Amino acid sequence: MSTQEIQSGLAEILEEVAGVAPADATPEKSFTDDLDVDSLSMVEIATAVEDKFGVAIPDDQLANIKTVGDAISFIEKNQG
Amino acid sequence: MSSPSTTDVVVTGLGATTPLGGDVATTWEALLAGRSGVSRITDDWVKEFPAQLVARLATDPAEQIDRVRARRLDRSQQVAVIAAEQAWAESGAADSGVDPVRIAVVFGTGIGGALTLLGQDDVLEAKGPKRVSPFTIPMLMPNGPAAAVGLAVGARGGVHAPVSACASGAEAIRWGLDLLRLDRADIVLVGGAEACVHPLPMAGFAAMRAMSTRNDEPERASRPFDKARDGFVLGEGAAALVLERADSAAARGARVHAKVAGAAGTADGYDLVAPHPEGEGAGRAITAALRDAGLSPADIGHVNAHATSTPVGDTAEAAAIRSSLGEQVLVSATKSQTGHLLGAAGALESVFTILALREQVVPATANLDDPDDDAAVQALDIVRHEPRRTTLTAAVNDSFGFGGHNIALVFTTA
Repeated sequence: MSTQEIQSGLAEILEEVAGVAPADATPEKSFTDDLDVDSLSMVEIATAVEDKFGVAIPDDQLANIKTVGDAISFIEKNQG
Repeated sequence: MSSPSTTDVVVTGLGATTPLGGDVATTWEALLAGRSGVSRITDDWVKEFPAQLVARLATDPAEQIDRVRARRLDRSQQVAVIAAEQAWAESGAADSGVDPVRIAVVFGTGIGGALTLLGQDDVLEAKGPKRVSPFTIPMLMPNGPAAAVGLAVGARGGVHAPVSACASGAEAIRWGLDLLRLDRADIVLVGGAEACVHPLPMAGFAAMRAMSTRNDEPERASRPFDKARDGFVLGEGAAALVLERADSAAARGARVHAKVAGAAGTADGYDLVAPHPEGEGAGRAITAALRDAGLSPADIGHVNAHATSTPVGDTAEAAAIRSSLGEQVLVSATKSQTGHLLGAAGALESVFTILALREQVVPATANLDDPDDDAAVQALDIVRHEPRRTTLTAAVNDSFGFGGHNIALVFTTA
C-alpha cells in the first residue's frame, strides 16, 4: 500500500473515531496537541489500524507514535 | 415579599429529554395534552417476553448530540448531557461569572451504563478481550452521567452521583440543596438520567413481576392508582435543574422558576424491594421535608406522586400521602404518560412539580378509570382525565427506590 493510501486510510479512521476532518490529518500533526485525540481514542485508533491495514501496534510502540506521520511510517514498515 | 435570605435556594434552569419530548416545553405540552410515550417493542427478541412495553425517548439523542461525542458516551450519559445543557443554557449560568470551582454537579442514575456493559460483554464473547472498547469503563460507571455533565459545564466544585435506584434523581436535588445551604458551591446542576432499555433489565424487572403485561394496549398500560394496574412501563430519558441561592440569582437577574423549600430522605428498613405497606418511611420523608421547609400539610396543594402503577407500591404511597398531608392535596401520577424513568424519574417529576407551580395547573393522571378500592386511594383527590387549574403556593414531589429509599422534596412558587 502506498504512503498516500495509508494516509488516506488513516484519515478515514481519525474521522470516524475522533471527528478529525480528513484535510487536517497531515503527517506533521500531533495526535494530542493538534488533533485533540486522547489516550483512549489512540487505543481505538490502534484497533482500527489493525483491522484496516493488518498491522498490530504493540502498546509499547503506540506510546511512541506522536504524529500522523509516525503512524504512517509504522504502518509502512510493518505491513505484510 | 420579604427579601430572599442567603439560604433560600431557587431553580433557574430546567432541561429534559423524555418519552414525551426532546425538551421541557414539548414534554410539558404533551403531558398536559394527555399524550402517552408508551409503545410496544417490535424487535424479535421481545417475542418471549411477558412485558413488551417501553417508553422510548421522543427524540433520538443522535439528533441532539454530536456523533463523535456520542460514541464516547453511554446512552445514559448522552441524555444526561442533553438535559443538563438545556438547563444550563436556560439559566444563563455560563455567563454568571461564577468561578468554576464554585460550580458543582449532582446527577443520579438507577442502573448506570447498562447498554455499554451488556453491549461490550457481547463484544467480549464474540471477539475477545482485545476488542473491548477502551471507553467501556467510563461509559458504564454509575457516576458516568454526573461526570459527563460536569465536563460539559466545566464544574470543578465537585461532581457527585447518588445511586438509590428510582429515588436517585430526587436524591440529587436533595444533595444539591444541601451543597448550597452549606455554602459548598454557588451553583449546582442537578438531575437524573436513565437509558437501560435492553433485554436483560427488561427480563429482570419482568421476573420480579414488576412490569405491566398489558401488551395490546400500550398507551393504557401505565395506570397508577387504577384497580386494573399491573405494573410499571420502563422509560428512558433525563431531566436537569440548575439550583442556586436566591440572593445570587436575584443579583444576576436570573429567571426563577420556583424555590426548593425543603427536602428529606428516609429508609424503610423493611424489605429490600417491597415498600412498607402503610408507606411508613415514605410518609416520614414527606413530613420531614415539610418541617425542613417550615410548612404545614395545609400549605401543600399538590403532590406529584411516585406512583409507578405497581399493585403494592401505589397503595403504600397513597397511605403515606394521606397520613402526612391529608386528603385536600391534588395528586398526579405522571408516569401514566411518561413511563417509569427509574433514576431520572425524581428529576423529571420535580420539573413537572415546578411547572405545575409556575403555571398553576396540575397535570392529570392518565388511565385512572376506576380508582382502587383501597381506602387511602379512595380518600385522595387524584386528578384524572383533565389537568386541573388551581391556585398553588407549595407542592411536593416524592420518589422511592428499591432498597427502601424515600426522598421527598418541597417546592414553592418563586
